[in-house]
Amino acid sequence: MTQQRKALALISGGLDSLLAARVMQEQGIHVEGVNFFTGFCVEGHTHAIRQKDRHRPKRNNALWVAEQLGIKLHIIDIVEEYKDIVLNPKHGYGANLNPCLDCKIFMVHKALEWILAHGFDFIITGEVVGQRPMSQRKDTMPVVARESEAHDRLVRPLCGRNLPPTLPEREGWIKREGLYDFSGRSRKPQMALAAKFGLQDYAQPSGGCCFLTDEQYSHKLADLWQARGERRYEMDDIMLLKVGRHLRPRPHFKLIIAREEGEGNFLQGYRKGYGSLTPISHPGPLTLIDGTPDESEIELAARIVARYSQGRSAERVELEYQDGEGNSRRLSVAPIPPHEIPQEWHL
Amino acid sequence: VSEPRKVLLDARRLLCPMPVIRVQNAVAELRPGDRLEAMCSDPGVLHDIPAWCRINGHKVLESRRDGADYILLVEVGDQ
Repeated sequence: MTQQRKALALISGGLDSLLAARVMQEQGIHVEGVNFFTGFCVEGHTHAIRQKDRHRPKRNNALWVAEQLGIKLHIIDIVEEYKDIVLNPKHGYGANLNPCLDCKIFMVHKALEWILAHGFDFIITGEVVGQRPMSQRKDTMPVVARESEAHDRLVRPLCGRNLPPTLPEREGWIKREGLYDFSGRSRKPQMALAAKFGLQDYAQPSGGCCFLTDEQYSHKLADLWQARGERRYEMDDIMLLKVGRHLRPRPHFKLIIAREEGEGNFLQGYRKGYGSLTPISHPGPLTLIDGTPDESEIELAARIVARYSQGRSAERVELEYQDGEGNSRRLSVAPIPPHEIPQEWHL
Repeated sequence: VSEPRKVLLDARRLLCPMPVIRVQNAVAELRPGDRLEAMCSDPGVLHDIPAWCRINGHKVLESRRDGADYILLVEVGDQ
């Protein structure tokens, strides 16, 4: 009896990884999925935080893909280990702070560790030659296979016919003619294949789920490192970069101003450990203070927050200032006029 | 044969997928028939934990709201 071969598919929740796993299932391979949580895969977080998104149907796309495929999905928290990839990418960054090539190498290596520990035979990814400017080029795809140490146990079913034969092909576990030869940035072949498999309602192609590909997010992360004088981050930092309006009036402190109720509720959880300002005399946003403003700068911060409250046209706005240890006092300030908030304060 | 266990998991203040990961890791330590009660605050768990259970062969016996929290009772299936 032929041995049932087993593969682990990297499941991002997008169409390509869905199709890649499906193509292998067509060849009789037992497929399970793995999804790595880096902390930057944040679409779900944004939904959870922002009130205005709460009415939208929310789903975790990786779980949805696994359910469509009828496979198990293992979600692995790599937040701590991933820091080194973000902070010290051997192959550098893409257009923003996205270390795509190092990221792919790291994830494939983690998948390799998993298959060795669980008796699986090979790894599947949804990579397509020429699709992404950094990690999915003809010259970088062999780098992923080599530096992840997966070598020829890494199968890319959507473009495998453009690549040298892998171990599963040579051993006859899978048929090369059952692989595809997709290349380039066009999504049409994937959409046609999805239609062939009867797949609908898949996540729309985008720049991936990673916030590090986002220019504004990367700018805020770079600002954080510059203000701290060192390149490091904690989970709370990367969460807070997703929330609110960020203004840095001085190099040594910035304000995180809630834009709506959901963000205000979320920021409430951070009042212990951060200074905060809350308008009292008028409805207005809870604001965290990240840094160490002096007394006059706390007043400046209060004037900015007053500007974003419904008392923006009032002569004075009353606010509560609370330090990170819970000591509070009241302030009364004149809202700052908009022209006194330079554009460069906005991150 | 020992009695099925019931284990409590506090996943409040965590945003998805972290509560799912905590449930996954807790379930891995349990036996079929054991139960896990997860307390969560992200409403996304109402979708994600049942989805995770369906694809991994576990059952959500109960899903309810308790104030600001969401409580899900999971029965562990064959692993």
